[in-house]
Amino acid sequence: MDDPVTQEERRTEERAAGGAGDGATAHASIEVRPGFQHAAPSASNEKVFELHDISVFYAGVPAVRDITMDVFRHHVTALIGPSGCGKSTLIRCLNRMNDLIPTARVEGELLYHGEDLYGPRVDPIQVRKLIGMVFQKPNPFPKSIYDNVAFGPRVLGMKDDMDDIVEGALHSAALWDEVKDRLGSNAYGMSGGQQQRLCIARCIAVQPDVILMDEPCSALDPISTGKIEDLMAQLKQEFSIVIVTHNMQQAARVSDRTAFLMVELDADERHRWGRIVEYDETEKIFTNPSNPRTEDYVTGKVG
Amino acid sequence: MAVTGARGVTNEMLSAQPRKDVIRNTIFASLLFLAIALALAGLCVLIGKNLVEGWSRLNLDLITQNNSSNPAEAGLRNAIIGTIWIMAFVILMLVPLGVGAAVFLEEYGSRTSRITRLIEINIQNLAGVPSIIYGLLGLAFIARAPLSLGYTVLAAAMTLTLLVLPVVIIASREAIRAVPTSIREGSLALGATKWQTIRRQVLPAAIPGIATGVILAISRAIGETAPLIPLGAATFLTFTPSPTTDSFTAMPVTIFSWVKQPQPEFQTLAAAGVLLLIALLVVMNSFAIWLRNRYEQSW
Repeated sequence: MDDPVTQEERRTEERAAGGAGDGATAHASIEVRPGFQHAAPSASNEKVFELHDISVFYAGVPAVRDITMDVFRHHVTALIGPSGCGKSTLIRCLNRMNDLIPTARVEGELLYHGEDLYGPRVDPIQVRKLIGMVFQKPNPFPKSIYDNVAFGPRVLGMKDDMDDIVEGALHSAALWDEVKDRLGSNAYGMSGGQQQRLCIARCIAVQPDVILMDEPCSALDPISTGKIEDLMAQLKQEFSIVIVTHNMQQAARVSDRTAFLMVELDADERHRWGRIVEYDETEKIFTNPSNPRTEDYVTGKVG
Repeated sequence: MAVTGARGVTNEMLSAQPRKDVIRNTIFASLLFLAIALALAGLCVLIGKNLVEGWSRLNLDLITQNNSSNPAEAGLRNAIIGTIWIMAFVILMLVPLGVGAAVFLEEYGSRTSRITRLIEINIQNLAGVPSIIYGLLGLAFIARAPLSLGYTVLAAAMTLTLLVLPVVIIASREAIRAVPTSIREGSLALGATKWQTIRRQVLPAAIPGIATGVILAISRAIGETAPLIPLGAATFLTFTPSPTTDSFTAMPVTIFSWVKQPQPEFQTLAAAGVLLLIALLVVMNSFAIWLRNRYEQSW
């Protein structure tokens, strides 16, 4: 009856249910931090995330292990590394998207502005309001451009004028001029690059604190990629950004700090998981890495 | 020399396939064509025969006259009204129950839990239960105690709802499953709750598939005779009944009663009634197909 899967599911459900009950409190306790939003855009030393020995398991099998790193405010932080090294798993911990996978388990300590993100009183839904996400494949809703952007503010019950929110978000995503005359047309008629910028606009519209981007340009052509990279440089004035990328040049171009992850095998080679090899300022990672494995990877000798 | 050799090989590779393969292909294609031809022939014979027989009575009287013991005056008016009432109640119960069950199974039920799997298997089995069994169930539990609704439109509607519920559940589940996970993730990542995601993203995207399933289910229910007979559908009703208290009739039941009559005029009438019912089904199914094609979403 009590096989491990059902137990795990129950735990996840309880966590979600428990969180929902006092979500307001958790939200409040996170939001009342002074100077939390729209502070002066300076590359501060203020930490958004502090990860201590974070490990993620799927059905008991480790995907990433012992991740310890700090993510700073108004920085673009890049996660690079070969396929299967757990970059996506790691970024999905940061807004508790892993909760949606019943068998996923996160171990270790993950602080968000000093607050335990996996604490018993934290509601994952409130977390996702503050920490938005842009996915690998553009995933606009099958609705009009306007409704795509307005969806978030609507479900969150934001009271400001919706037209202003939509226009502002589309401006911030450098999409307004391209779509202002066809806000009512279906988002599926846009190009891939426009769709991805729409997803960014959708994310901005709910005024998050952090934007997580999971390989946002991997399905896009170089011109669209360039637009999104330019956008990131602007967005970091207002938000903190964490980006997963396969593309090392991209990490070098857009990020302030870079974490390099590598796959590790256990002794009998049955399990493999990701581990941080080096995490430092991007310039150092790409010009003068401390670890020879980082150097091999960024110079293209391996991977 | 080498070039001619190579060309020779190419020619050999491109030349006609062996005669045996050609014959096999032809035989197989013919068998497949025969299968579809037989299925269509059945339908054509049915429609053709009824057209020949019933053409003389296929006029407005058929739908404006109540049933009567005089075949010259008999029509389907009260049967059509009975069918409309039954279908209205069926839709009212079928849509929330069917869609609700599908949403639960797809979005809330765990894929691996034994209970969900048990429910799943049972729904599939229910779809295959003969309709007369549902009629007996309706008689035993709905018309009589515990529900004691009597032999009314409501009892008939509940019975037919149970009969076609599995069809709607299965179609709705498929429609819901076809909505990509990325849509759900996109919504959840904005801080929407699970219910907001289902209500405002998943269900709207699944509506064409759900609607198709509902229409197909209703077009099945509309033609069902067997489950209504144990429920005491009046085969011979000459007035328009009230939907909740009086006994009722429906189109297939009245047609069935005409077929049983000895007078040849009633046979003509029955043939005309069959044509009307088929026309109704064709219209509903075409609408379902149109709906599916019109709103088909390519992800």
